[in-house]
Amino acid sequence: MELSAVVNGRPTRLGIEPQELLLDVLRDRLGLTGAKRSCDVQVCGACTVLVDGAPVSACTTLAADVAGREVLTIEGLRQTDAWPAIEDAFERHAAVQCGFCTPGMALTIHALVADGDMTDARAVQRCLSGNLCRCTGYRGILEAAAEIAGVATEPGPVHGG
Amino acid sequence: MTIEAPRRPVRTPAPQVGRSMRRVDAGEKLRGEARFVGDMQVPAMLHGKVLRSPAAHARVVSVDVSAALAMPGVVTVLTGEDLLDIDPYWGHAIQDRPIVAIDRVRFAGEPVAAVAAEDEATAEAAVAAIVVEYEDLPIAGTIEEALAPDAPLVHDGPLRPGLFHGLGTLPERDGNVCYRYGFERGEVDALFADAAIVVEGDYEFPGVYQYAMETHSVIAQWDTDGVTMWATCQHPFLVRAEIAALFDLPLGKVRIVVPYLGGGFGSKSYTKMEPITVALARKAGRPVRIVNRVSESMVTTRRHGARIHMRTAADAEGRLLARDTTISFDTGAYADNGPRVTATGGDAAPGPYRWSGVRVDALCVYTNTAPSGSYRAFGASHVQWVGEMQVDEVAQRAGIDAVEVRRRNLLRPGEQVRPGGKPLDADLIGDIEKVAAALGWDDPRGPDIGRGLSVGLLAAGAHPVSSAVVRLEADGEAIVLVGSTEMGQGQRTAFAQIAAEVLGMDAERVRCMGTDTRFTPYDRSTGASRSTTLAGLAVQRAAQEVRDDLLAIAARIWPDQEHEIVLAEGAAWCGDERRTYPELIAKRFGLSGGQLIGEGGVHPEGTGSYAEGPVFWEVCIGAAEVRVDRATGAVKVTRTATVADVGRAINPQLVERQDEGATMQGIGNALFEEMVFEQGLLVNDDLLEYRIPNTQDLPERSTCVIVENGDGPGPFGAKGCGEGAFAGIIAALATAVADAGVPMHALPLTPERVWRRIQELEKESA
Repeated sequence: MELSAVVNGRPTRLGIEPQELLLDVLRDRLGLTGAKRSCDVQVCGACTVLVDGAPVSACTTLAADVAGREVLTIEGLRQTDAWPAIEDAFERHAAVQCGFCTPGMALTIHALVADGDMTDARAVQRCLSGNLCRCTGYRGILEAAAEIAGVATEPGPVHGG
Repeated sequence: MTIEAPRRPVRTPAPQVGRSMRRVDAGEKLRGEARFVGDMQVPAMLHGKVLRSPAAHARVVSVDVSAALAMPGVVTVLTGEDLLDIDPYWGHAIQDRPIVAIDRVRFAGEPVAAVAAEDEATAEAAVAAIVVEYEDLPIAGTIEEALAPDAPLVHDGPLRPGLFHGLGTLPERDGNVCYRYGFERGEVDALFADAAIVVEGDYEFPGVYQYAMETHSVIAQWDTDGVTMWATCQHPFLVRAEIAALFDLPLGKVRIVVPYLGGGFGSKSYTKMEPITVALARKAGRPVRIVNRVSESMVTTRRHGARIHMRTAADAEGRLLARDTTISFDTGAYADNGPRVTATGGDAAPGPYRWSGVRVDALCVYTNTAPSGSYRAFGASHVQWVGEMQVDEVAQRAGIDAVEVRRRNLLRPGEQVRPGGKPLDADLIGDIEKVAAALGWDDPRGPDIGRGLSVGLLAAGAHPVSSAVVRLEADGEAIVLVGSTEMGQGQRTAFAQIAAEVLGMDAERVRCMGTDTRFTPYDRSTGASRSTTLAGLAVQRAAQEVRDDLLAIAARIWPDQEHEIVLAEGAAWCGDERRTYPELIAKRFGLSGGQLIGEGGVHPEGTGSYAEGPVFWEVCIGAAEVRVDRATGAVKVTRTATVADVGRAINPQLVERQDEGATMQGIGNALFEEMVFEQGLLVNDDLLEYRIPNTQDLPERSTCVIVENGDGPGPFGAKGCGEGAFAGIIAALATAVADAGVPMHALPLTPERVWRRIQELEKESA
């Protein structure tokens, strides 16, 4: 079957199998490897991409289901005006370690900040509970997300000692 | 009046070590540009899939691959019959593991065959089309079953030591016990007989999955040039040696390229999926990529489950006298790093206390379950919580505080930890006081609140062999070549800072590459908290050679003022005169171009034996406050504190991040992570049923205190970190729950387990 969708702002058409997953199409057909495969069961968030602005797990989304919709991956997000603030916050708070979860984290933060969901530190914490990170202990990521969302990090975890 | 001659300005180089510079790799990773093995393709590459045994222990009667081979797109199928021209057994500690099953499978998940096909879906379908006939054998599914007198033997041939067990002479296998480590000092039994206080119990630690988010992944290419692999290796040089030995190739014909790793935590230490991928590529005649799924990585390696019996003796004032520990580690069907885990666990068992007598007997036991290897702070994580619970019980019975009992009994710097080994190189009493203060040890506490702290030591550094090359290029930028693997720790940033400090330049102008064994100098391994300490020392020494070179060139420019020359800001300064590094390099070579090259290395000062070690004692310290819901058994972590006793923090922010990550993994290991095996089968083999910590599991307050006493053997007095807090927090959580009135004898502290214990205790006291 033919898939027609807008990927990172670009109209894209390609032939796919009906059972193909969005993650495989992005990574193997379009070379967009910023979305990572990890848990395969919609738990870890490493494969997060935005479909019409909402974060979805590409590992459990059929490619056919994004027909006619807009898909934004990290390769697209990094071209937007929102990017410099994201990059600066992640770098300054050392919110990146191995980097495997990081693109998915950035996309989730971008979407939920845009939706106005990250209203305070607790909301930031809740919003990111579907994105796992095994390296950082989350603190740097939450600090970066709070900064991007423009909310105080208190009463979240206390930094320093 | 007198007018002084104006003093010539003296340049001071901007400090590079000790500042929290931004990670050099953060942007690349955030942008999704960092390449992991699963993101890479090489020309003509095939996709590999592995057929894994559904049986925990069985004889393989027949393997029929004809239907799989007949499928369009299938290039080849690998079975045991393809390995008749080589000795197909590998294993760095014990050479006990066939590349694919030869005549028998020993755990559910063991590779039986592998398919190479044009795409992954075809490979997967072909795997399903292979027909294997198994004949079930009796199972030793647990430590108890494996140690029973009539236990089925997981292995029955003679034990063959591997290349890198590093434990002297390995004894013969005894039933299912593949390695045994122990020691005894003092009159242990007499001390117990006369002691006023004796604490004794049986304890259990579960099998745990490391969950590096990137699964084990390998691309292998076999051609006349030898073997090339792009692989998720923490220890590429050891894997190179093992692959060379397996396939009878010279070291120089085995090349391993390691890009970024999506987490390791020990799960990618030593050899894992490389042999089967190489064997498949050899048969296919084309490059092959195998990328494990999570369910496959879970049975590729894991943390050992353990059974522990421990008793501790003390006098009436809480002075510790003797400790006696028996530990059995479940290493699964193949030894992997089990022997080293067993020795490290044995060393950690006494804890950092002054004993009159101590006895340890640690067993590494084969079972018909998935193999167990390294996971962050192995050994210490298994046993520290047990020892610390017993120390707390001693304190309670002696009527003293948990901090005070440790103050009275902890070893002091310079005291012997074990005979012949490195004496204590840390101020533990200072550390325990700091962690208690950071937690708020003496704060008033509400109902059902428990507080715990713990201290231990982990033999860190593995084997002290590292080397590095630093190149100063003609444009004044530096390149560091070092074989340590970046898997999240941030060592490329630390190495850049170390080199820049020595070279008098900004760390932002130093680039550190990934490993390619063809070009990168040898490094033993990435693990055991060794990279900053040992590879960092090699980088420092390599940079020092370049520095000496720069000073020698500058001395020719200012021949009479040699001692006034300062290297700073990427230039040599003599007073306010300066020559930039590009100018100095041009002077050396007489034209633009050329480079200054420095080499640095670290090697053992003695024989390098395990007994002489460790490189340093990593301090495993943590404190925790919990609230226990007595109606449900739920444990909520309200506060944690850790002390990163790092000698010197090369990058303080990255040190804190290490402790925070270790704290979260510690919370997962202590409170809910557990691999559940039934009859040898892993029943919770995905992340729906195996939960790891998420943002909602964060403590309400957590603090990391960095201690810098300059007492490490690494560059600028540094020593490693990142593991200690893990063992420290697991133990602190266990002691905190005990302090809340629920002394537990098994981890993880799930609500059900805690609730049952509460009922048991209430029944006992009724």
